Amino acid sequence: MCAKPKKTPDQEQYDQLEKKYETKRPVLKNCLRAFWVGGLFCLVGQAISYFYIYFFNFTEQTASNPTVATMIFIAMLLTGFGVYDRLGQFAGAGSAVPVTGFGNAVISAAIEHRTEGFVLGVGSNMFKLAGSVLLFGVFSAFVVALIKTILIYMGVI
Amino acid sequence: MLPMFFWAFVVGGLFCVIGQICFDVFKLTPGHTLSALVVLGAILDGVGLYEPLLDFAGAGASVPITSFGNSLVHGALQEAEQHGLIGVLTGMFEVTSSGISSAILFAFIGALIFKPKG
Repeated sequence: MCAKPKKTPDQEQYDQLEKKYETKRPVLKNCLRAFWVGGLFCLVGQAISYFYIYFFNFTEQTASNPTVATMIFIAMLLTGFGVYDRLGQFAGAGSAVPVTGFGNAVISAAIEHRTEGFVLGVGSNMFKLAGSVLLFGVFSAFVVALIKTILIYMGVI
Repeated sequence: MLPMFFWAFVVGGLFCVIGQICFDVFKLTPGHTLSALVVLGAILDGVGLYEPLLDFAGAGASVPITSFGNSLVHGALQEAEQHGLIGVLTGMFEVTSSGISSAILFAFIGALIFKPKG
């Protein structure tokens, strides 16, 4: 983090003015909405994984892979028909945190840039929004796994 | 089977509440929030807490984005067991390939079918 430059009195005054007129976010209401919409996504995910366990001989451990793929397929349909946008406005994190939100980020970027062509538009912009998730996921997983492997080698755990 | 649905709902909902609190209270952007949650998932798996949560809540733990971090660590550790340190690098996407490949595939299909609105 770089240090922020000191604010002039004018800027401070503006900050106070901004704070005065900023609309208060209804945190509790937003949290409730995020809770039940996000919970509902996971409920659907649970139903899908039971479907794979009973009809396609997946075990409880491996069922999450096809479940995630199916959820992203659902996200494609919802994004394509414009439902996911409205859902996102209503539920906030409830629609962003489940894996469908990751799917939505990739798919909406792909659809949005299709007018620029398939190679330069769709191909190069697909991970515009979701790239940060991939980067920090991979980097943190690498660090965590490296530390754990070294600890195992040294016989600590 | 029924308690599993209940706990999937509750645990999945709680993950989303954490995300919502990051949005509203800490004023983070969705990108920052999701990255933080992925890192959280990776660390939770590193200390061995995510696996019990998966057994306990099923899709409640595997559908939120935290499971992405978890399965990245999992793949890396699995491969590291067989091939040593280099496995951390080569095994990274072993478990989580379905999420990435289906996202890429369906995004392309979506771009073929749907037209941008507005």
